[in-house]
Amino acid sequence: MTPAEELQNVPPVKLAVEGVSKTFRTRRAAVHALDNVTLDVREGEFVCLVGPSGCGKTTLLNIIAGLEVPDAGRVLADGKPITGAGSDRLVLFQEPALFPWLDVMGNVLFGLKLKPNLKPKERKEVAEFYLKLVGLEKFTHANIHELSGGMKQRTALARALAPNPRVLLMDEPFASLDALTREQLYGDLQVIWEKRKKTIVFVTHNTREAVCLGNRVVLFSPHPGRVQEQFDIGLPRPRDINSVDLAKHATEITRALKRHLKPDLQEVAE
Amino acid sequence: MKRWVRILLFFVALGAVWEGLVRAGVWSYVLVPPPSAVARYLITSVADGTLLSASWVTLKRLLLGYVAGFALGHSLGILIARFKFFEKTVGLLALGLQALPSICWAPLALLWFGQTETAMFFIVIMGSVWSITLATDAGVRNVPPIYVRAARTMGSRGVHTWARVILPAALPFIVTGMKQGWAFAWRSLMAAEIYITILTGFGLGHLLHYGRELQAMDAVFGIMLVIILIGLLTDKLLFSPFEKFIKHRWGTEKD
Repeated sequence: MTPAEELQNVPPVKLAVEGVSKTFRTRRAAVHALDNVTLDVREGEFVCLVGPSGCGKTTLLNIIAGLEVPDAGRVLADGKPITGAGSDRLVLFQEPALFPWLDVMGNVLFGLKLKPNLKPKERKEVAEFYLKLVGLEKFTHANIHELSGGMKQRTALARALAPNPRVLLMDEPFASLDALTREQLYGDLQVIWEKRKKTIVFVTHNTREAVCLGNRVVLFSPHPGRVQEQFDIGLPRPRDINSVDLAKHATEITRALKRHLKPDLQEVAE
Repeated sequence: MKRWVRILLFFVALGAVWEGLVRAGVWSYVLVPPPSAVARYLITSVADGTLLSASWVTLKRLLLGYVAGFALGHSLGILIARFKFFEKTVGLLALGLQALPSICWAPLALLWFGQTETAMFFIVIMGSVWSITLATDAGVRNVPPIYVRAARTMGSRGVHTWARVILPAALPFIVTGMKQGWAFAWRSLMAAEIYITILTGFGLGHLLHYGRELQAMDAVFGIMLVIILIGLLTDKLLFSPFEKFIKHRWGTEKD
């Protein structure tokens, strides 16, 4: 911690990634997904991890979620090492991963039922609150296969929010949605983040999306996955993805991204 | 309504042609008794109770054996899917034994258990258990890993994950296996009843067998009809609710 930070009233570190490395070995090759990544995420921060595909950002997210184990290094949540998945860190995956044998309500209730100290009636109220928040109050008893892509991802968002996790881990959750739905969800997510005081780690390869959502954008480079640069985004909220200011920031980051990619491309050319 | 009329007409016509061919002397009355004779047999045997008691004996054997076969097959399937050791051993055994028509167990069952209900029970279990084992295993293996991952991040563990995620997700496979197991059990029971005489109860198979020995082809036809009806009815009663649920939730079929 620098002296300047020491003098500020900074919120405590929620997630501490300490020297995490991970290599995936297939029969043919070893993929060095993460190389000695160190990163702090503070309580209430909205951090976006940006990088081209193959830079290990999803792997890092899975490690934070406790779904994968790093080869070296460790991740601390509230100062305690992460030993497995836990409902304090909920994940919103790229695909909605909704359960087809349950209806919309059943899906949102799934996580809630795993929380002790809640009566069935209270659970239902909480689920209804979040379904309303994502605009699905009229579809509580719809089957999953009847929903559009956007509605599925909204259901998944409600399911992830319902157990009220302190940390939300999002892995390109809006990538497969149409632009309009996505823009609406950018707004919703910013409101939810502010209102519910969540710590969010958001993975994306879209720099505009990252600038629109994050307080901080962390740039990753691939092969092996490393943190290259970090950008603090001080734009006022709520942010509109179409604003010119936002585009300027995004362009700057895109340029940096290309700069970090270049040496990699040269290596390949050689 | 119109569709029903057409279906009814088809079967009435079928019966009429059959009846006509026998009366005209084209088909032998002894070898192919006409529908009127079959109906007469059915009425008298229902009235004197033989048909109903035989149906009951057969159904009891089938249900008991099937429930045991399901419990056993389901557990074995989970073990095979869960543990590599079981996959390499019991899994292989299940695959092999499924290829064996379970009536082939009849000679052994007779030696081991004698002419008893246990022999029947054993044959029905052997008919149903392997299909259910393999289907459960396949179903569990085909559960998208993302479901389990999502459940784990929500705090689901161990038995909860199995009961609330893996098995429900595998339901379409499991129901298919249950239907196959049912069909195998039903066929092997019929074969066994025709082949083995059990003194504690006469099932439909025995009745069929005696029909042949007595040259009573009207009885044979009548019993065959009852066997068909029981097969259709159990299929509708046992599996239709599951299939409807799967269709409704998964939306696998559109009509």
